[in-house]
Amino acid sequence: METLMAFTVGGLFAAAIYMMLRRSIVKLVIGLVLLSNAANLLLFTQAGLLRGAPPLVPEGAMQPTGVVADPLAQALILTAIVIGFGVLAFAVVLIHRAYEVVQADDMDQMKDTDT
Amino acid sequence: MRLEVALPVIIPLFFGALTLILWRWRLAQRVTTVVGTGLMLLSALWLLSATWQDGILVMHMGNWQAPFGIVLVSDLLGAIMVVLAGISGFATAVYSLTSMSKRHEAFGYYPLLHLLLAGVNGAFLTGDIFNLYVWFEVMLVASFALLILGGERAQMEGAIKYVTLNLVSSAMFLSAIGLLYGLTGTLNMADIADKLSYAEDPGIITVIAMLFLVSFGIKAGAFPFFFWLPASYHTPQVAVSALFAALLTKVGVYALFRVFTLIFTQDVDYTHEILLWVAAATMLTGVLGAAAQFEFRRILSFHIISQIGYMIMGLALFTPLAIVGGVFYIMHHIIVKANLFLVSGLVYRLKGTYELKELGGMYRSHPMLAILFLIPALSLAGIPPLSGFFAKFILIRAGVEAEAWWIVAVALVVGLLTLYSMIKIWAEVFWKAQPEEYANRPVHGSAGSGVLYLTIGGMAALTVFIGLGAEPIYQIADAAAHQLLNPSLYIDAVLGER
Repeated sequence: METLMAFTVGGLFAAAIYMMLRRSIVKLVIGLVLLSNAANLLLFTQAGLLRGAPPLVPEGAMQPTGVVADPLAQALILTAIVIGFGVLAFAVVLIHRAYEVVQADDMDQMKDTDT
Repeated sequence: MRLEVALPVIIPLFFGALTLILWRWRLAQRVTTVVGTGLMLLSALWLLSATWQDGILVMHMGNWQAPFGIVLVSDLLGAIMVVLAGISGFATAVYSLTSMSKRHEAFGYYPLLHLLLAGVNGAFLTGDIFNLYVWFEVMLVASFALLILGGERAQMEGAIKYVTLNLVSSAMFLSAIGLLYGLTGTLNMADIADKLSYAEDPGIITVIAMLFLVSFGIKAGAFPFFFWLPASYHTPQVAVSALFAALLTKVGVYALFRVFTLIFTQDVDYTHEILLWVAAATMLTGVLGAAAQFEFRRILSFHIISQIGYMIMGLALFTPLAIVGGVFYIMHHIIVKANLFLVSGLVYRLKGTYELKELGGMYRSHPMLAILFLIPALSLAGIPPLSGFFAKFILIRAGVEAEAWWIVAVALVVGLLTLYSMIKIWAEVFWKAQPEEYANRPVHGSAGSGVLYLTIGGMAALTVFIGLGAEPIYQIADAAAHQLLNPSLYIDAVLGER
């Protein structure tokens, strides 16, 4: 399972970079979406994948019995997803405003700030 | 439990919320902002003096003991950075009183300013690597919104580049945290450092270290990741530019200092050699980029990059004196660079342009401003007895002692080219006569510029103070470097004696 996830993560990173190298700013944002999800999945896989072992403490016990999934990594991903969602919402509004101001969705036409 | 460690984060968060409540009342927002940033500066000074007296301070959030809970840690480097953030935040708030137009104030400038400062201070004080990521994002989101305040075309274009590259950096950072967590099973930086010292496979650690280097290198504006910086820093309101120039890249530099002294010291020959090359290339490209520019704020933006190179050089040499130089350089740089941007804003207010070719004759018309420009400009170039001289002197001395001759040569040449750029601004803006065709441009005039002069004068006085009182500042930097080079101090303070 971890091997499969590793390839998925690698594929997502590759797709994200490919999209970000395109000229259209819409594709750029799609690339950013993929990139943040690739990072989240990597974090998820790193903590180890474990099926059907929720980290619950049985009634009356002081600690969980047997091997359980790592709850911390999942808490981290939850935080990262929320942050990523907020930032991407900003990015979408930004490219919309940029499109209105610049009248183009082509990165090659946005050279005013470079000389 | 030390309350003063949390105050520099809590105060801007509180005042950010307060200014949101006062959204409709501009005057109240302005007063609370000046009071809030002033209080933040005072709390930062309190924190620094407490850290100076009692050593590294730790606060366990929610009373969860490390390494299980999140800790706020104030060592001398962190406390120094918080004080510098307080100074530049306060200066920006005062400067904004007259420089910020109603239109910009109405779109939430003041709440965003407080949120940015909260994010910056949180990043300086946290002792948890995932928490560092969260504070980075707090800071970034606030900076995104500040950057496009006003919504002009150049701002939009600059913002797209800024947002994209910073999000790439965040994704790298998150991936690196994931790999590090997979390796050590902990997020507490002290605990990570402790666990990695027993690790048997240094190869994978070096790979993770390089991921951190790329991620923080993008944020710091180091070669070859600096392209977002000159594309965006000259576009926002000048008070925002000054705050960004003072703090944002320095958060990246601080993070580099933190992880490459505390966590990744297994393979110093390899990692810090790369850092040294990065430092040299950053210095050179930054200063050469500045030499080609003829716009006031663009020249200053490129100079940020070349100065970042000096700070990384201090870290990369990794001798006690070099780290002292790096810390000293950060202190000098934040004050001077913010001040230069503030001067450029006042020039714009008086003349209505940032283009060097269209400016001129300001030494004749505004001699006071000319002197106030000259102080930070010469300090940036490293002319004694100003602060920049001592910063560069310590670094170059450290380079000579480490017998890294070529980096010393690069640093000296870059210092000379910095002087060239500053003299270019001096000659074009202040010395030559203003070209006739640009002389009668409608401008704001000098109404209300007293506050601006006051801010610039205060910052210039600080520069002179750091230069003339270099010895006590050196002592503080020396103690900070001592803590950085002895990670066991940090680890013991956070995890307790084991």
